[in-house]
Amino acid sequence: MYNKGTIIPGLIIFVLFVTFPIWFNGFKAGTPPKPELPPGGEKKCVESVEYMRANHMQLLDEWRDNVLRDGNRSVVTVEGKDYRKGLQMACMQCHSNKEKFCDSCHTYAAVNPYCWDCHLSPKEAASKEETR
Amino acid sequence: MKYAFSFLAVIALILIAGLGSQIPGMHYLFGVAIPYLAIMLFVGGFVYRIIQWAKSPVPFSIPTTCGQAASLDFIKQDKLDCPTKTSEVVARMFLEVFLFRSLFRNTKSEIHDGPKLTYESSKWLWVFGLLFHYSFLVIVIRHMRLFIEPIPRWLTAIEGVDAMLQIGAPTLYLSSITLLIGLLFLFARRLMNRQVRYISLNNDYFPLVLIFAIAVTGILMRYFLRTDIDIINIKNLAMGLVTFSPVIGAKIGAIFYIHLFLVSILLAYFPFSKLMHMGGVFMSPTRNMANDSRAKRHINPWNDPNIKPHSYAGYEDEFREFMVEAGIPVEKELPAAKDEV
Ligand code: HEC
Ligand code: HEC
Ligand code: HEC
Ligand code: HEM
Repeated sequence: MYNKGTIIPGLIIFVLFVTFPIWFNGFKAGTPPKPELPPGGEKKCVESVEYMRANHMQLLDEWRDNVLRDGNRSVVTVEGKDYRKGLQMACMQCHSNKEKFCDSCHTYAAVNPYCWDCHLSPKEAASKEETR
Repeated sequence: MKYAFSFLAVIALILIAGLGSQIPGMHYLFGVAIPYLAIMLFVGGFVYRIIQWAKSPVPFSIPTTCGQAASLDFIKQDKLDCPTKTSEVVARMFLEVFLFRSLFRNTKSEIHDGPKLTYESSKWLWVFGLLFHYSFLVIVIRHMRLFIEPIPRWLTAIEGVDAMLQIGAPTLYLSSITLLIGLLFLFARRLMNRQVRYISLNNDYFPLVLIFAIAVTGILMRYFLRTDIDIINIKNLAMGLVTFSPVIGAKIGAIFYIHLFLVSILLAYFPFSKLMHMGGVFMSPTRNMANDSRAKRHINPWNDPNIKPHSYAGYEDEFREFMVEAGIPVEKELPAAKDEV
């Protein structure tokens, strides 16, 4: 083998790059998030759990278009209780602890919804009311 | 219709994964066994190919030079295009790998009425080549979010920039679109350009079609076929794979297994295909040698030390008689024969 001095370090760098996730994690798989159930004691979501886990962002997008583009501010009824279509007005009524619910999953999956640039989590909304 | 085979092969692979993963119990084959096998083939095959290349001697000093060589002091050397020092070679290599500098010089030749042959600069291949390769790189880096925990800041930053336009939810990544555009150009080039079409083989079309199918299944999974695509569950599987304790929790949609199977095929195919140019670019003597053959003698490693140099003078001494006899001019005449005088 010729040029061992450069080729072997090069190959080592290549293998380190490819195996990056293995040594970065150090064989610890981390703990999958356990989103907190609604503290208010509600039992059902607006759709089935499987659907919500996979599609909640698309549902939110659809609702946003319904409300803001089509002016369709209809209500959703879950277990006989009415919620107004919306992020703060429906989801956050039940999932009132954003940090322990939405964020627990999102941190794990490295998603950073920009919604909260404008929308307020219940905690933030409460603090706004206090300072007023 | 040379490319038809590539399409058929990829469709067959999609069917295998799509139907196969739905058979109870088979998701461990498609989700765990095949990916492990593929990554082992990828790393092992890659290292093997590089070592094979490293074992091949370079008989001559053959760097491509495209500029003024180092010469007298008052003649300006073109350091990038005719490097003489290792540092200059490294600089040239860096620009080659990161900016495809030699592709920038790509020309197009055409025959016009006359007949007249013209050459003109053609930068499209360079532009779309860069677009394709950088999109691919960004996508692979972004996918690391499925394989590592905790997520480092730089990964979130790359995602943020890539999702900059904030279209839809989940937000559209620009790199998914630019990857498709790059691939479409590279494929169209092989069909439209007559010369390139003539030399294109199935092993040129297949990687393009395969990567295209990977990108399309990824995009379908993210934006359109989300049923049973719970990223938390998929990340658990991916984290299990890289910590050697894989588990498949809840059901995952078939589109995910198709995506993963096509990626596995790509990884396994990589070391045995033209895609090895990724490692090969570093091993090309025309790129990685310095043009210093006048300062340093390049010894051919094939040289048998028992074969001594044979100069022309020595050659003539050995064969002078026969050369004269055959009427070949010689530098030194035969000593005048005595009996003739
Ligand atoms: C009526 C109260 C209520 C509303 C409104 C509501 N949820 Fe839920 N949600 C729940 C409950 C209760 C669960 C847990 C269901 C279970 O585990 O069976 C849940 C589960 C979920 C899950 C799955 C969590 C897990 O542990 O797997 C997600 C994601 C989710 N909700 C998102 C949303 C979003 C987004 C909205 C707004 C569109 C919303 N929810 C509106 C009550 C609600
Ligand atoms: C630029 C600021 C901004 C951002 C970012 C933003 N929204 Fe909104 N959103 C608004 C405003 C303003 C309204 C109008 C409220 C109204 O008319 O009731 C609204 C309304 C909505 C509604 C309709 C009902 C309601 O008031 O809750 C939904 C659903 C919604 N947004 C979802 C989202 C989601 C999901 C995201 C993130 C992907 C998001 N929004 C990001 C500003 C924003
Ligand atoms: C079960 C875990 C889980 C919970 C709980 C959860 N999410 Fe998500 N969410 C995800 C995952 C995973 C993604 C990324 C999906 C992808 O990348 O395809 C996501 C993506 C999103 C997106 C799209 C973000 C983007 O920029 O692409 C929005 C908006 C969102 N979630 C809103 C919410 C809100 C609001 C809540 C709380 C009411 C919530 N989610 C709770 C797992 C969860
Ligand atoms: C050659 C490597 C790969 C390429 C080119 C590729 C390409 C893509 C593309 C273009 C997307 C669309 C969305 C985006 O850009 O993120 C995507 C999504 C996705 N890919 Fe891949 N992929 C590769 C490897 C993998 C592997 C090894 C996995 C295994 C875990 C995987 C799992 C996923 C998942 C789960 C999504 C959906 C992401 C989401 O919904 O946010 N991919 N892929």
